[in-house]
Amino acid sequence: MPFLDAIRLALSTIQAQKLKSFFTLLGVTIGVMFLIAVVSIVEGMGRFMEQDLVGKIIGVNTFEVRMRPNINIGDVDESVWLAYRRRPHILESDVQPIVDALPVGTRWAMYSEDNLKVESRYSRARSARVIAVDGDWFALKKLGVARGRQFSAQESSYGENVIVIGPELERRLFPGVDPIGRELKMGGLPYTVIGVTETQGSAFGLSFDNLAIAPFKAPVHRLLNRRPHVIDAVAVQAADRSVLNDAMERERALMRARHRLHPGQDDDFTLETPESALEFWNKIKRYLVIAGVALPALGLVVGAIVIMNIMLVAVAERTREIGVRKALGARARDILAQFLVESATLSTIGALLGIALGFGLAGLITAVTPMPASVAPWSIVVGVLVGAGTGIISGVYPASRAARLDPIAALRQE
Amino acid sequence: MSAATDAPAGEIAISATGERKAVTASAGTSPSSEWIIVTRGIARNYDMGGEIVRALRGVDIAVMRNEYVAIMGPSGSGKSTLMNMIGCLDTPNEGEYWLNGQLVSTMTDDELARVRNKEIGFVFQTFNLLPRATALANVELPLVYAGVPAAERRERAMEALTRVQLGERVHHKPNELSGGQRQRVAIARALVNRPSILLADEPTGNLDSTTSEEIMRVFEELAQRGQTVIMVTHEPDIASHARRVVVLRDGVVSSDERKEQFVARIAQGGKTH
Ligand SMILES: Nc1ncnc2c1ncn2[C@@H]1O[C@H](COP(=O)(O)OP(=O)(O)OP(=O)(O)O)[C@@H](O)[C@H]1O
Ligand SMILES: [Mg+2]
Repeated sequence: MPFLDAIRLALSTIQAQKLKSFFTLLGVTIGVMFLIAVVSIVEGMGRFMEQDLVGKIIGVNTFEVRMRPNINIGDVDESVWLAYRRRPHILESDVQPIVDALPVGTRWAMYSEDNLKVESRYSRARSARVIAVDGDWFALKKLGVARGRQFSAQESSYGENVIVIGPELERRLFPGVDPIGRELKMGGLPYTVIGVTETQGSAFGLSFDNLAIAPFKAPVHRLLNRRPHVIDAVAVQAADRSVLNDAMERERALMRARHRLHPGQDDDFTLETPESALEFWNKIKRYLVIAGVALPALGLVVGAIVIMNIMLVAVAERTREIGVRKALGARARDILAQFLVESATLSTIGALLGIALGFGLAGLITAVTPMPASVAPWSIVVGVLVGAGTGIISGVYPASRAARLDPIAALRQE
Repeated sequence: MSAATDAPAGEIAISATGERKAVTASAGTSPSSEWIIVTRGIARNYDMGGEIVRALRGVDIAVMRNEYVAIMGPSGSGKSTLMNMIGCLDTPNEGEYWLNGQLVSTMTDDELARVRNKEIGFVFQTFNLLPRATALANVELPLVYAGVPAAERRERAMEALTRVQLGERVHHKPNELSGGQRQRVAIARALVNRPSILLADEPTGNLDSTTSEEIMRVFEELAQRGQTVIMVTHEPDIASHARRVVVLRDGVVSSDERKEQFVARIAQGGKTH
């Protein structure tokens, strides 16, 4: 029987038993729904990690000279961690040599950051991410000022008590008032708000906009590192890949020389790139993908067993039909194909439903939880294939039983 | 030679009987082309948990093209078993069966399916229509398995349904049709692949007498137009529509005669069962 006829026949059989078909589909539908939802979440988080988080924290074609990795702290063991702690800090005095060693086509910024209590007359004290910066920090982080202005060169070099805040901190500290020109206090000292940054959004419930940026030389930097003259990082951005590699090699040589490392010794500092930060994400992703496969697989196994049973019942119920078809010239393989196509069609319909529900679930998750979800087109293809595959696998046994039926015995059945 | 003037019909019958004897006796050789069905000593046993039921115990039957044969016999005499053999739904344990020059008794399942599809039209007592399919779809089924394209399938199925005067009811499902109409659909389905033989196992068994007469007229007409027909029946009335009557008893042929002889024998109180 031609394939299209077989599918049409399967659809009409399924349509004739809507309710039963619906329950049959449930397992596959739920399995595929979870598959799509989990893949969407992994995809969404991946996109977030790769584009937003890492992009915002480190930036494109950038690296940071750090004492130890900032993001890649996922599963380092005790000894590695101890070694990290014994490393020398990056110092204010390292900044000028680092900047001097940069090739053309780069820009730099240095900064320290920590969470601090920030106060204003309009609200109770709030915790915010406070960053003391120097160099091209705003340009490097692609963060613009929406209202007000950035620091002037003079404010930077004299370390004046001025500050640029994020819109979230603005909402918290200055509800209903224009913050520009007003004061906030950190560590007991007053700072004048001169600008409000653009909105960067949030992920996992954490806002990127709850921040305050001060010139590095302003007094607040002393609150950001426990030891004096220590800084968190120097960030470098290059015009392109090759300049980036050149810059990294130069800084590596420079830092090794400054720390008096012998040729055989490992680096005692970190040049962190988005790629190295992403290794951490890739480790998490592996667990997520395993969960994302195991959960739907369970649903699919249940779905496959249900389909197999329903198909066995269908074969028993339709024994006479099988006998008639055989009497009219259907070969064993025609009957086999008929029932395989039927169970594959059934389960593909289940998969399609599951894909639709999975999109819905992913959308719901994005709406009510901080997790970002994004639908991967390939997951639709996988969903359909998984559905059809489940149907074929669970149809093999019932279909081969149908195909082997003796025509006379089948016709004799009431 | 005096018999020749007395009963010319009888002589023809005798000579036909002789030819049949000859063709069923020469085992292992392909019968000449006028013989559409030749069985030679076919036997069929059923193993009923140790006890062997011998449904057929050596049946010799030869049927020529364009014959219209009725098969009679008491219940359990093996009529349906024989029809299933002839219809290639089953294969004999012993003996050989030639259909249209092909040795069926040694065929594989796929070959049998092909023969059922191309050579045989089977009409059952219980109609055996697919309940969810329309009359048209039911009639199209053999063409589906023959690989006929959809448009041609439809056309030929319509043609077959028109031939049994059901042209107006093609989109009805079986449960929307009367018993007689259902059997007409079944006949249309049996004919749609232009089979070399039309087999019917008690086709009027589930019908009232008026409807039976109607259905018998359909077979009559088909036979007149040259369709080879073999029909199992319990009713001598029905059998008398045929031109030849074979009576089975305990799995063997007990008589095989022209309709006229059969009718004469019945009139004298002879037994059909
Ligand atoms: N599948 C089977 N298994 C066991 N025995 C069978 C089977 N089919 C037929 N028989 C036996 O074979 C014998 C012949 O049966 P068959 O159906 O051919 O008779 P029949 O002449 O068609 O009878 P009826 O007029 O009642 O239809 C019977 O004894 C029957 O019980
Ligand atoms: Mg019978």
